[in-house]
Amino acid sequence: MAKLDLIMFEEEYKLLHEIIGRLQKDASAKVVFLVDKNGQQIAAAGDVKSIDATSLASLTAGNVAATDGLAKLIGEKEFSLLFHEGERDNLHISIVGKRGILVVIFDQNSSLALVRLRVKKASKELQEIFDQVEQRAQKESDSGNRFESPFSEITDEDIDRLFGD
Amino acid sequence: MTFINYASREINCKIVYYGPGLCGKTTNIQWIYEQANPDKKGKLVSLATETDRTLFFDFLPLDMGTVKGFKVRFHLYTVPGQVFYDASRKLILRGCDGIIFVADSQKARMEANIESIANLATNLKENGFDVRNIPYVLQLNKRDMPSAVPVAEMERLLRFRSEPMIEAVASQGTGVIETLKAAARQILMELQKN
Repeated sequence: MAKLDLIMFEEEYKLLHEIIGRLQKDASAKVVFLVDKNGQQIAAAGDVKSIDATSLASLTAGNVAATDGLAKLIGEKEFSLLFHEGERDNLHISIVGKRGILVVIFDQNSSLALVRLRVKKASKELQEIFDQVEQRAQKESDSGNRFESPFSEITDEDIDRLFGD
Repeated sequence: MTFINYASREINCKIVYYGPGLCGKTTNIQWIYEQANPDKKGKLVSLATETDRTLFFDFLPLDMGTVKGFKVRFHLYTVPGQVFYDASRKLILRGCDGIIFVADSQKARMEANIESIANLATNLKENGFDVRNIPYVLQLNKRDMPSAVPVAEMERLLRFRSEPMIEAVASQGTGVIETLKAAARQILMELQKN
């Protein structure tokens, strides 16, 4: 594979959850999502049930990817922040490290300035965890000493079962 | 790039349908969407033009069940096939785990198929993948068309790495699930290797 798989363990996941949970409260936001740049949701906090999170993750990643493309066209490395203003709700999208996207949905109970301030702090903390995940993956890959994968014994029958055969 | 979450015990895999314009990529995932159990499928997102041509991508999340105690979820994407959307195609390949190449069996589209495979190889390379070893399935779609090129001839023109080759009529659902299954098998076997 071209890049290392993103493998997240309980402990890191818990930390990520804590950070975005705190961000959601501190920024008075409705929902906060942490999404992978490839369009997969990593974690969420707030009134998550009101939103189709899977589609949100995929469209956010598409949006960020397209904006990245635009940035490169005009000679920028990336646009690290996207803001969409709606009649009621607003979307604040920012890049965290190399592979994360932080999405904050907020209404008139908060403000862009507050969201920006809180996001900045949370991004730094999230970045540290992403770095840890990456370093661990790199170390395991370098030493060739990867942890025991639960998929090492996948059989054809397992795959047939997924398709209901 | 598979996302394995040990905390929620989930594996997410991204499968991209690639191929020339109007070859039936969207038709494939629309059929899967219509057939899938409502509990297992998410919303089908289509970013299309007013004339239903894919503008950016189609997206369908599918919950497949569990393997070794892990919930397996596939994210199916299509790319826009029209030549001038190349920048968008490149973006969608980012972080993919497997490719389904949908070839149009009509004689007049053979050249477009060949060009699209070459384009896929280039765009994969730019995303750090190698078309020769990424999980890959070749689907020969539109087998019901009167001008369909014989399978052996298509194999000679389009098959380059003894990848699974599946005949299909996506509009009727023929071969659609078989194709997805062949891709899933390779992706999960890849996880096993890793």
